[in-house]
Amino acid sequence: MHRSKIVSLNYSSKMSGEIVIQANQLTKQFGDFIAANSITFEVYKGEIFGFLGANGAGKTTAMRMLCGLSSPSSGQATVAGFDVRTQPEEIKKNIGYMSQKFSLYEDLTVAENIQFFGGIYGLSNKHLKAKSEELINQLGLQSAKGQLVGSLPLGWKQKLSFSIAILHQPKVVFLDEPTGGVDPVTRRQFWDLIYQAAESGITVFVTTHYMDEAEYCNRISIMVDGRIEALDSPSGLKKRFNVSSMDEVFYQLARKAKRSDN
Amino acid sequence: MDYSVEVKNIKKTYQAGKEIVTALHGISFDVKQGELFGLIGPDGAGKTSLFRILTTVLLPDGGSATVNGFDVVKDYKKIRNCVGYMPGKFSLYQDLTVEENLSFFATLFNTTIEENYELIKDIYVQIEPFKTRRAGKLSGGMKQKLALSCALIHKPAVLFLDEPTTGVDPVSRKEFWEMLKRLKQQGITIVVSTPYMDEATLCDRIALIQQGKILSIDKPEKITKSFPHQLYAIKSAEIYQLLKDVNAFENSLSCYAFGEYLHLIFKEEHDNRETDLLKFLKMRDHSDIELKPIDASIEDCFIELLK
Repeated sequence: MHRSKIVSLNYSSKMSGEIVIQANQLTKQFGDFIAANSITFEVYKGEIFGFLGANGAGKTTAMRMLCGLSSPSSGQATVAGFDVRTQPEEIKKNIGYMSQKFSLYEDLTVAENIQFFGGIYGLSNKHLKAKSEELINQLGLQSAKGQLVGSLPLGWKQKLSFSIAILHQPKVVFLDEPTGGVDPVTRRQFWDLIYQAAESGITVFVTTHYMDEAEYCNRISIMVDGRIEALDSPSGLKKRFNVSSMDEVFYQLARKAKRSDN
Repeated sequence: MDYSVEVKNIKKTYQAGKEIVTALHGISFDVKQGELFGLIGPDGAGKTSLFRILTTVLLPDGGSATVNGFDVVKDYKKIRNCVGYMPGKFSLYQDLTVEENLSFFATLFNTTIEENYELIKDIYVQIEPFKTRRAGKLSGGMKQKLALSCALIHKPAVLFLDEPTTGVDPVSRKEFWEMLKRLKQQGITIVVSTPYMDEATLCDRIALIQQGKILSIDKPEKITKSFPHQLYAIKSAEIYQLLKDVNAFENSLSCYAFGEYLHLIFKEEHDNRETDLLKFLKMRDHSDIELKPIDASIEDCFIELLK
């Protein structure tokens, strides 16, 4: 009975239909510049949703709004059932976030980081102790438990950082280029963790510049100049653009972009 | 002189608290004049340490190296005159404008923007409309173009680019590599590092590097041809379940995700290997199975070498 929930998501989650992220004409304007222009989409429970776009297409802006860090200029969005405009604090409690740039405290040990972030997310000491051990065992970090995070290889940091981001079993986890610069073997181990999280019911919202990773998502959206230009499963997109790889899909869409970066 | 860069047994260690971390374990390679040479490897492989040694901003702990015929320790001043270096981290003056940065670097090398304009024209025209903008206010892609222009303005013999495309989207990456190709045609030797394995095929020769050691060094097509197994691509309607099942199959040596397919190597490469696997998977209710032999990519080779 434990057949892959993952790949059947394309079909079953839409049918079961629990929407975890809903954006409706979500817009963010800075002066004359429309960073995110009326974006509308839904993400389902347990889905792995790839959020792609060229540098400067508006991904970070959109993601900040969804995380409750930036208030939209117009339009609405709900994340985990909470309104991004009126309930940003509730959203922050119900999501996990991990970026390539800042993830953990380098001057704290592995165990201290787990304790610190678990505490912030309100886990009780008792619960935290059990979770912490479970996590360290799962990642095979027993021998590195007392080591400063700064001394770990990047791949380890990223895996640990992801596990900490989902320590409180959030409804959604936002991953901003989690695998940049990571070696190809660790990159795949990282995706195993993503699959496991999705299997446990956590919705995964991920940005990446690796087009092979785009293939691992259930559905993908591609942003160009602030708008969502395409949204479908990887195979649906390849069919629509009549090409054999996601690289080509991305290229066809993003080369039309008029703006680039930030 | 045939070689622009000669590296012999270069070692570098750092003190990290009580521990000594070895960034480079005595590595050696040569880069021919006019070659586009790639150092391919993940973060922490030692690429930046190597770049810093070759551009004379870091001293090696052992071994020797020359750039354009000059020794990286003894002749550091001469090297600084004839190389361009674009570090991974944006290192121009954020408070100076685009034009001011460029003329600053031109002046440092006793030249002018006009004198070498031909060399940078291709790249600089794209940011020239913003020449009065402060560098700190530029977008990532424009910063990258300005940094490259500044690294080229004194017409270096060797150009060192440390992860110029990290975090850059696939379209901009493609454009960047087209710029490099045109620079190569002008006779500049280019040493470039990248964590993106797909960029390896755009280099004349590459070194695959991991944890301070070179795993393999050759032309990209030679590296992929020397892959020691027959590689297969496989997919089915339920790809994640397929990965678990193929890994549980007794004759599979290794299987990992690779874009829309899984890549697979058999333990025993006997005649029935394909049919055995298909039978096994059908018993586990897989449908729409596609299995085909394929050529290995650089990423497959890297994964193989990491084993």
